[in-house]
Amino acid sequence: MLRRSLQLALGRDVLGRGLGTHRGGSTLDWNGKMSEIKKKIQSFLPGGAWTQLHDTSYLPPEHSDVVIVGGGVMGLSVAYWLKRLEKPRGAIRVLVVERDHTYSQASTVLSVGGIRQQFSVPENIQLSLFSFDFLRNINEYLAVVDDPPLDIQFNPSGYLLLASEKGAAVLESNVRVQRQEGAKVCLMSPEQLRNKFPWINPEGVALASYGMEHEGWFDPWSLLQGLRRKAQSMGVLFCQGEVTRFVSSSSHVETPSGEEVTLKRVHEVHVKIDHSLEYQPVECAIVINAAGAWSGQIAELAGVGKGPPGTLQGTKLPVEPRKRYVYLWNCPQGPGLETPFVIDASGAYFRREGLGNNYLGGCSPTEEEEPDPENLEVDHEFFQDKVWPPLAQRVPAFESLKVRSAWAGYYDYNTFDQNGVVGPHPLVVNMYFATGFSGHGLQQAPAVGRAVAEMVLHGNFQTINLRPFLFNRFHLGEKVQEHNII
Amino acid sequence: MVAPRAPLHLMAPVWNRGTRGIRGLSKAVAPEGSQRKERSLLQFLADHFYDVQALREYLLRKQVLKVHQKNRPFTHIKEHFGPHAAGAYFILKQGGAVRFQGKEWIRPNARGRFSLDFLTFPAVPVEAVDASGSAINYHGLDSLLTLKELQSLWLRHCPHVDDWCLSRLHPLANSLQELSLAGCPRISERGLACLHHLQNLRRLDISDLPAVSNPGLTQILVEEMLPNCEVLGTDWTQGLGLGPEEQSQDTASPVPA
Repeated sequence: MLRRSLQLALGRDVLGRGLGTHRGGSTLDWNGKMSEIKKKIQSFLPGGAWTQLHDTSYLPPEHSDVVIVGGGVMGLSVAYWLKRLEKPRGAIRVLVVERDHTYSQASTVLSVGGIRQQFSVPENIQLSLFSFDFLRNINEYLAVVDDPPLDIQFNPSGYLLLASEKGAAVLESNVRVQRQEGAKVCLMSPEQLRNKFPWINPEGVALASYGMEHEGWFDPWSLLQGLRRKAQSMGVLFCQGEVTRFVSSSSHVETPSGEEVTLKRVHEVHVKIDHSLEYQPVECAIVINAAGAWSGQIAELAGVGKGPPGTLQGTKLPVEPRKRYVYLWNCPQGPGLETPFVIDASGAYFRREGLGNNYLGGCSPTEEEEPDPENLEVDHEFFQDKVWPPLAQRVPAFESLKVRSAWAGYYDYNTFDQNGVVGPHPLVVNMYFATGFSGHGLQQAPAVGRAVAEMVLHGNFQTINLRPFLFNRFHLGEKVQEHNII
Repeated sequence: MVAPRAPLHLMAPVWNRGTRGIRGLSKAVAPEGSQRKERSLLQFLADHFYDVQALREYLLRKQVLKVHQKNRPFTHIKEHFGPHAAGAYFILKQGGAVRFQGKEWIRPNARGRFSLDFLTFPAVPVEAVDASGSAINYHGLDSLLTLKELQSLWLRHCPHVDDWCLSRLHPLANSLQELSLAGCPRISERGLACLHHLQNLRRLDISDLPAVSNPGLTQILVEEMLPNCEVLGTDWTQGLGLGPEEQSQDTASPVPA
């Protein structure tokens, strides 16, 4: 039967003669039509050029248990810890959606890369301490069989925070909290400063705190690549696309006091492919918002903040992008190899970069001078006016320097209290946040990833208690103010 | 359990291919072109069978645990005989040598046995420690940092001493006069920057550190950082690349201002 149909397809009748020749000539151009039909049939038989199913490898899968919006260090850390803490192995399907696989605007890779324990909030100190341990043992955590070990180029040189008269008392109480949590910080007077670091001008400094261990800076790109490599080897799926829509369902519940609350559940995430109108609806059970500077937009898409202001429904996620500049300069007579990451009382900071007397530094602008976060263009005037004068006053050698390059990156700035938002949203019940770290996200990413994974898998925080960082605090007005923000 | 083989045309392609797809990413970490060619049977099996991969990961973890086990502190001895005796016992267990103040060097013999006489004088401080070639790591330094009167520390060719370990040495700043890090494969110039706490250091040996990117320049910077210390390292002219005839020409002609 197959042979017969093949023969028919090839334009011959059952007896092997050409079809058109049956009556010896045809007025309907039967030959032409038959050749077209022959071509069409030939194309879908095996061996032909036409494929019925197109290659869809660039699209995300249709179902995924967890969708992580954002593939920076925070999103990858959550993906890694979800796969590491899941029981049994391979139980959870995790998809990481990242809009830009070159990471050209991602805060992670544009970061200065410092890690410190000198915070004022105890939870922040614990997060940083664990992340330091993670980075120290990174080749045990992120080892992939047969791949070379990671080198994150860690400089364990410590942080030096300088405080003027006004800030000295706050600095001292902070150091007490840090020591309680296990950080190794020592307080120095101006004379001790001058003895230890002869290149510093201690005029105007009342007190300095110097972190001697567990602090330094490293290369964020290698951490990102290491996490990505390990996550991929553990079975995390990656996709390049933009989240444009959440499809959710609502249910009305009555609280014991009689109020009606609307609980939302996200069912589908629409991932749109770059430069195309195509999108893929991904059915999911849990969404993790780790979109960094753009988390506010993602939260709005999910319906966070759509309600009368002042209520829980109307509380938006207060995370917005803020542009920060980093400048790289060369100063041949500058501070030597022992230079820690220096943060001046005025807010300007700098650190050494490499062996060649290059320095990285910058300063956070005040609220009034906030640059427009529309793009990542660098304002060189800012260096001349706001960064160079305080640094030159503090380190006289910096009076002659030459700026080599500069770049700008975003802070995912939490306008409420400059600390991260971690954990589920009370109303959109399956959306978890891991964002809003306002400049110290990179150094807390490993610990926050573990905390979010614990929350997703076990329902509560098990190792570090991050309950003060839940979303509820925005509605209740409970600020967890971090004083040591650079 | 066999991993799925390469898919047929008509199936939707499985686009999580495990370790294969990350080769491109690992270039950022280190180039590994030549490793692809010599693939042992175990590597081949690990690529195709999840169980073999899990087994290899388990063996890797066991190796790491072995090093941690070697570096465990001896709290019992510390409670009963004091920090000096505990530190000495730890070093001797690792295969290193210890010298107490006013005494001779104590070394374990070829079979790893050593005399426990030092437990009889718990108040005598340890003056010199030779932990060369031992498996001491970040946690193992706990036992060393309590030796407040340590004057000389040799950590030559220790495979697990890295930059983080150097940042822990600052409690010994008051007494340490001699430090040798020659031949440690994991120490780089970033860890050497932490040595500025050791202001009493008089002799520092940083020769033969393969992970230091620019040995000549690093030595100059370390010498500037520790002005009272004699730094033994590579010859700093090594990196300049001048031949003998060019050198003599250079000194002959005046340097333009």
